[in-house]
Amino acid sequence: MTQRTIVNGMTLNELESLLVDRIKSCSNSYYLALLICALIMLAGSAAGLMATVGGHHIYYNVSRELTWGVLISTYIYFVVTSTGLCLVSSIGHIFGVESFVPLAKRAVFLAIVTLCAGFFVISAEIKVPIRMMLYNIISPNLTSNIWWMGTLYGVALMVMILEFAFLYLRKYRLAVVCGFIAVIGEVAANSNLAGVFGLLNGRDFWHGAYLPIFFIASAVMTGAAVLIFFHVLAYRLRGESMNETMAKAMNACCKVAILGICIVSFFTVWRMVALLAGEPGGAYLGAMALIRGPYAVNFWVFEIGLALVLPLILFICSRGTDLRLMFVGSALMIVGLFFMRYNMVIVGQAVPVYYSLGVNEARGLIEYFPSYLEILVTLGGFGLTGCLFLLGEKIFDGHKVDSHHH
Amino acid sequence: MTALKFDNLKNEGIENLPDRQRRNFLKLGFAITGVFAGGTILAVTSSVRRSFASSGDFLAQYPYKPHYGMLIRQDRCIDCERCKQACAKTNHVPAYGYRTDILERVRPDAEGQQREFIPVLCNHCNLPQCVRVCPTRATYKDRRNGIVMMNPKKCIGCLTCQMACPYNARYFNEEKMAVDKCDFCWEARLDRGGKLTACAAACPAQARIFGDLSRDDDPVHRVVHQIGRTVWVLRPEAGTKPNVFYTRG
Repeated sequence: MTQRTIVNGMTLNELESLLVDRIKSCSNSYYLALLICALIMLAGSAAGLMATVGGHHIYYNVSRELTWGVLISTYIYFVVTSTGLCLVSSIGHIFGVESFVPLAKRAVFLAIVTLCAGFFVISAEIKVPIRMMLYNIISPNLTSNIWWMGTLYGVALMVMILEFAFLYLRKYRLAVVCGFIAVIGEVAANSNLAGVFGLLNGRDFWHGAYLPIFFIASAVMTGAAVLIFFHVLAYRLRGESMNETMAKAMNACCKVAILGICIVSFFTVWRMVALLAGEPGGAYLGAMALIRGPYAVNFWVFEIGLALVLPLILFICSRGTDLRLMFVGSALMIVGLFFMRYNMVIVGQAVPVYYSLGVNEARGLIEYFPSYLEILVTLGGFGLTGCLFLLGEKIFDGHKVDSHHH
Repeated sequence: MTALKFDNLKNEGIENLPDRQRRNFLKLGFAITGVFAGGTILAVTSSVRRSFASSGDFLAQYPYKPHYGMLIRQDRCIDCERCKQACAKTNHVPAYGYRTDILERVRPDAEGQQREFIPVLCNHCNLPQCVRVCPTRATYKDRRNGIVMMNPKKCIGCLTCQMACPYNARYFNEEKMAVDKCDFCWEARLDRGGKLTACAAACPAQARIFGDLSRDDDPVHRVVHQIGRTVWVLRPEAGTKPNVFYTRG
């Protein structure tokens, strides 16, 4: 019996044996890393399930006053990363800047992975996810930023999966069309996510047009850093050294990251000045919580030090060629950015809504620290990212680049 | 005619009054009461204007009929919490949540009374942030009466409404598996022929007056529209145009 060829001239059996061979041909350290990531992901899933079934109010440390905790900030962290990956990769394979082209496949794959990680984390935060699936479709609210954000990210995920498939099927024209739609979807979703916070007149710390612009700028910075991190890691994993075109791509990424850090630093400085000048009520309380309050370490060490200053120094020192420095810089940034999102989400709510009233119940900051289960779900998101990255490297054979043109 | 009989006179309305006549009348009123504020003569609807913190359609006419609202006479509240108890009992509010609360403000440097209590509840805003942000329209402004309602069946528990509310008026009800909030006792009382919310009915000091702002003869309307009385809303800067007003005296 003859078998139909299903993909790139291979039969299903050939494809299966090829994939099995690829998975089997890995080093012990690869399997160990995969196992650890899978276990973390499973622990996170179990924690999320336990909290959803048993009740978030029992297992999570969020409260009526501080409604959104680390799970929302982690969700933001992952989906903004996805937008960044999509944006930076689009420079090459959508807009045709040659030096970014080699990044396309892995970037699209990572954008899908990080978006999945975001959805994984938020599924443990939404209290009734089943209703969401139904009523998001049959009862949409078009004035709701969160509706647009969720819908657009959902669409972007589907389109990026198609884009990725087309890249592997060597249907580049279709891949470019999908990529273009995905970029628009991701940027629109990302700015709507910022709009969730920025449009709330009642929350001084967030309110204004600042956040949507900041989110896009920081997405670019994040995307570039994550691309450097995972590319260096992937090449180390395979024990290969980068060829010239990939080294050029890393250099270009480094430049984008430096530009992104400069823009975000500029934003951060002016935002803090705006929050401090004239001591504007609740916003001032929030700013002081970051500067010398309970979030000072988060702010100075992680948000300023690890996400902005140190990577900037390391990237500049690397001259875009020293991969070790670039790897360390991007790793620090990945940690720092997590805290940047956390600070934004938590401090904005830590200022009580009745603060300006001067009542006893709303004198100072609302306290919050994630519970063990919240931390586990958060780690689960990272576990999922690691797992899918490792599997992707083997299944898609290092996302090797075809020399396609536009 | 004694002053008491004024109340029994038929209200002829001011719509048909010539401008000049109305202006003369107001001038007379201001001359008698001496009400001038910072060079601005207060208009009849001045309290409402200031309370809503902006001009707009809500001034000239109330968009709902009835347009439910509440007046809190802040200095009358003694924090006995009967309103909270009545609310919880009437609306089956669990112990971990509340639909209405009483905040306490202490002013150690004040002359005389140094402590005051501020009852708070959903403000049933005319521009409710919670309604705008809800992804599934689980919370909505009822077109019949302006009450901000919940449809628990549609609530996905994202809690965006809870975060968007500038009045901390919402909580997640684990039994309903939906966000819960004050509905001016619509479900428990008003829709069943009741005239008052449970909290207003339970208050021994009449600190909470429930009424229909769209009616000229309604007690809440009359206080809110009284010249010279200071009426305010909480957090006007949030721009939500609340329907819960506060006053003293």
